[in-house]
Amino acid sequence: MNNETIPQVGPPKAVVEARGLDLTFQTKDSPIQALKDVSLTIEQGDFVSFIGPSGCGKTTFLRCIAALEQPTGGNLTVNGMTPDEARRSRAYGYVFQAAGLYPWRTIAKNIKLPLEIMGYSRADQEERVKKVLQLVDLEGFGGKFPWQLSGGMQQRASIARALAFDADILLMDEPFGALDEIVRDHLNEQLLKLWERTNKTIAFVTHSIPEAVYLSTRIVVMSPRPGRITDVIESPLPKERPLDIRDTPEFLEVAHRVREGLRAGHAYDD
Amino acid sequence: MKSVLAILTVVVALVGFWYAACVPMNIHEAAMQAQRAGEEVTPAEAPERRHMGRISLALKNTGLWSTVFSQERPQLPAPHQVAQEFWKTTWGMIERGRAFSKRSLILHGWITLSATLLGFAFGTALGIVLAVSIVHSRAMDMSVMPWIIASQTVPILAIAPMIVVVLAALSVDDIVAKGVISMYLSFFPVVVGMVKGLRSPDAMQMDQMKTWNATRAETLWKLRLPSSTPYLFASLKVGVAASLIGAVVAELSLSSNGGLGARLLAGSYYGQTVQIWSALFAAAALAAVLVWAIGVAQKVTLKRMGFAQ
Repeated sequence: MNNETIPQVGPPKAVVEARGLDLTFQTKDSPIQALKDVSLTIEQGDFVSFIGPSGCGKTTFLRCIAALEQPTGGNLTVNGMTPDEARRSRAYGYVFQAAGLYPWRTIAKNIKLPLEIMGYSRADQEERVKKVLQLVDLEGFGGKFPWQLSGGMQQRASIARALAFDADILLMDEPFGALDEIVRDHLNEQLLKLWERTNKTIAFVTHSIPEAVYLSTRIVVMSPRPGRITDVIESPLPKERPLDIRDTPEFLEVAHRVREGLRAGHAYDD
Repeated sequence: MKSVLAILTVVVALVGFWYAACVPMNIHEAAMQAQRAGEEVTPAEAPERRHMGRISLALKNTGLWSTVFSQERPQLPAPHQVAQEFWKTTWGMIERGRAFSKRSLILHGWITLSATLLGFAFGTALGIVLAVSIVHSRAMDMSVMPWIIASQTVPILAIAPMIVVVLAALSVDDIVAKGVISMYLSFFPVVVGMVKGLRSPDAMQMDQMKTWNATRAETLWKLRLPSSTPYLFASLKVGVAASLIGAVVAELSLSSNGGLGARLLAGSYYGQTVQIWSALFAAAALAAVLVWAIGVAQKVTLKRMGFAQ
């Protein structure tokens, strides 16, 4: 592994910096190159979406940032540190595809779980839970158990949990993938509002082209075999985005560009 | 309602089969008694009867069939005989104010129960400690697990007398000595169940813990242990029954202070088969109550923890 810490001069503007990142999985029959020569810079306050067909390495890249996977080559820094140091300093919150709430804890206690691990005081925990439930519009549901909530609400609780401890980076791995379209629209809107209010840096992996275009300031199109970046699209859409923006020609143009990028990466081939 | 009817049908069938089985089982004794009383038996002399099969002897002496159900020392007591003895030594004793006399099954049941519960508590604790160490240490996993499994393959009837007698010679309390055997039998299901349970959280939940930089102890306490509760309860049910068996087996070697095993032993010494059977039923009833109690605890706990929805 070749991760080096980039020496700091002044506050880092780049939150995530990847240079020539490689990741090869050694499997029983043949090695799989999940990431090849991935170079990307994510800046503070960005909302970056990763889109591509399955096997293109988008989740793998996210996991590398989270120090859940180790790259086999190249350079990756988070907040100027190695990803593992960033993990230990609790620099990010990770939202998985499934809510992963503990059924034996209420929603409030579920949100308190990382706070307990990180050693926040009781009073602090209560305050944060209140604040974060408000952010995701789940006020009053703190005393309920996960099974009493719908799938969308559980996922909102999971996002609330990731926001509870003031991490500046939010890593989201297809968080709305298991939900239906209507709930998804609603949650997309809420996520954007949240992003505006908290000004976090968000890396978002998705399968859905409209979702990627709607949410992000930058769209990274990836393709598989080997996993690599095909295109990075800076979104020309304004920061204020009502849901109707999805019917405007600008939106469709960006979506078209994304589709072209996917096609170039052979996403639509058999 | 349907299940009650089904259970009742099976019970009636079993009792009917039991009554029917009494005839061939007790026929030799019935023939002997009839011969001594001067009644007619086919064939008349004992030496001829000795080598006859039970069924053929029964078929030849249908007149004796009614006498097989009320013998004093039957080979196979009839259901009503067992029921009467059971009643006499439990409720009958309570009525006479002698619930804890030496003849009362309640006393003996209590002696066995206390050893069972002691051994069960220690066995469960030992099982959980072993499971936690197996899950957290590769060395323990590879070295200790085979020994644990091997320990259960040794026939308990063989080593229980040794352990119990040695402990008694070291002036250890009887109840503790019996508790050791109970612990020996009940820790194994707990280890196996808990190892599975502690390993049950999926990769996503473990990754989640990693993103929060949780220590292994925090992961154990906050994730693994609560996740393993369903597995724990399943193991406890098996463990409590095994613990009771352990206590009864231990009492076969340490019968001076009573207990259901001691009752069984005394019954077999003095040929009191009815006593044996009623002690057997008492042990079975005790096991059923213990398993049921754990089942209730399981339902309540798992419902509160959100597992059984």
